[in-house]
Amino acid sequence: MVVSDEVIERLERLDIRFNEYGIDPLGISREYLAHALSAIEFMHRRYFSAHAHGLEHIPDRGRAMLVGNHSGGVAVDGLTVLASVFFDKEPPRLVHGMAEKFLNNVPFVSQWLCRTGQFTGLPGTAERMLEDERLLLVFPEGARGTAKLFRDRYSLVHFGTGFVRLALKMRAPIVPFAFLGGGEAVPTIFNLVRLGKLLGVPYIPLTPYLLPIPLPVRVDVYFGEPLVFQGTGTEPDSVVAGYVDQVKERIAGLIAKGQEERAALSWGRRSLSAGRKDR
Amino acid sequence: MRVLVLGSSSWLGKLVARQLAAGGHEVIGLDRRPWVDPPDGIETHCADILKREAEDVFRTRKPQVVVHMATVTWLAMRGEERHRVNLGGTRAVFEYCERYGVEHMIFVGRHSYYGAATDSPMVHTEDEPPQGLATFPELADLVAADLYAATALWRMPKLTTTILRICYTLGPSGQGTLAAFLRARQVALVLGFDPLFQFMHEDDAAGAIVTTLEKRIRGVYNVAGPQPLPLSIVVRETGRKAVELPEFVFSRVLGHFGFPQMPRGATTHIKYPVLIDGSAFSAATGFRFNWEDTAILRQFRELFPPPHTS
Repeated sequence: MVVSDEVIERLERLDIRFNEYGIDPLGISREYLAHALSAIEFMHRRYFSAHAHGLEHIPDRGRAMLVGNHSGGVAVDGLTVLASVFFDKEPPRLVHGMAEKFLNNVPFVSQWLCRTGQFTGLPGTAERMLEDERLLLVFPEGARGTAKLFRDRYSLVHFGTGFVRLALKMRAPIVPFAFLGGGEAVPTIFNLVRLGKLLGVPYIPLTPYLLPIPLPVRVDVYFGEPLVFQGTGTEPDSVVAGYVDQVKERIAGLIAKGQEERAALSWGRRSLSAGRKDR
Repeated sequence: MRVLVLGSSSWLGKLVARQLAAGGHEVIGLDRRPWVDPPDGIETHCADILKREAEDVFRTRKPQVVVHMATVTWLAMRGEERHRVNLGGTRAVFEYCERYGVEHMIFVGRHSYYGAATDSPMVHTEDEPPQGLATFPELADLVAADLYAATALWRMPKLTTTILRICYTLGPSGQGTLAAFLRARQVALVLGFDPLFQFMHEDDAAGAIVTTLEKRIRGVYNVAGPQPLPLSIVVRETGRKAVELPEFVFSRVLGHFGFPQMPRGATTHIKYPVLIDGSAFSAATGFRFNWEDTAILRQFRELFPPPHTS
């Protein structure tokens, strides 16, 4: 696969210590990253029309957690966040997603995820990544969030509390974000749970055109100002739930803002198109 | 110090004994296998650790420090014998230590104690329990010996006990789990998986044991060397050829076609990494490894070229 010059140039600027084999202490491979990011660049720049807003809220260095909503039956949301922070932010940073455990069982997927820094979502692993001053990507909705149907694409389902306890313990700022367009990219009308379990995955999303292949639509990611909570991570559930609600509200606010802007843009495009027809 | 090295005829035992003797310690070696032509200044005894002759060495020579490496890691050995040597032997050693006034006991364990699994933490610290026994039951006796040794920390307060969990080693001996895995020209890997492997030079591993003795630290410590590397790079840099096989084929070819014999459970260690954090040991002792990964792999390749070029 052809590796893009931009990917090579931005890889050089990442705050990652590769050894002479091109491997960092956590096993991330420069070569794997170059290939994966070149493929993602195509998806990000050419296939989807991806737009990132508020990238200045992501710290240039040091630990932080990007916490946002799931949207789209497959990993369009995570890939867009990763691509935005790598291709559109100055300086570029590598986002580390916390992958679902079942993915580590899948040949090649397990290998590629590990070599590109997308490790299995375990508390100890997340702590170590933050200790190493990395940028962590967390979807507190979990698999419940990716299973949203098209009609629920802008809703938020239940948030776990582990991410706030992690942020408190590791003294990591939380950068909330909203991802919009995933529901349009993979318009899920039904989830085949039984078939998914037979295949070793939580479910298989079913779309009007059957296969969950993402459509080339506009996707937006809105990053908000960081939230910093003080504590140790051992607080009672009632305290942590309050912090979780604050994060959820901020994400809901960003989703609402994104919906407005996307609606305005869509209305503007329709008006422009109608104007052309009139002429 | 008068130091008794148990398992002194093993490759690591010999290295440790030599380094201790070079450091001015009085070294006594004990192993059920003979050490042919030991260097001057190292007294050797040939006995099974569970037999009277071994206890006699404790009784008559009164060692101040015991380095216990008399465990069997060869997984092809019968389970009953491994259990007898690893768990029964370790229990006997601690009894002798208490009975004959040993001051410091160093148990040399393996990092494979932690086990490999899909949901294992990325890097293991000393406070973690073993997690791999469900998929790799053949490790049970080594894990049990490690846990039993750790009980001495509270059962025998007068005895300073150190448990070391050392990562894989490579070096001029050509011995050890990783060296055995790399012995053939072609090395079987599980298709679609490429775990990180953590290894250190055997001189550094011996150095870590000697440092433990000199610093007389108490507790459980991981001992690690350079940063880990993907197994495919280890295979490539040692001049071997990786043969990637689907998992159902991999487990069937082990022990055939020149591939090493391994229990089926060992497959998890070829799919998932076992990485340890050695920072607590470095902080407690000031230990620094001397051999970088590139130098270790280059030396192994030069000393043990792939069979077709030898």
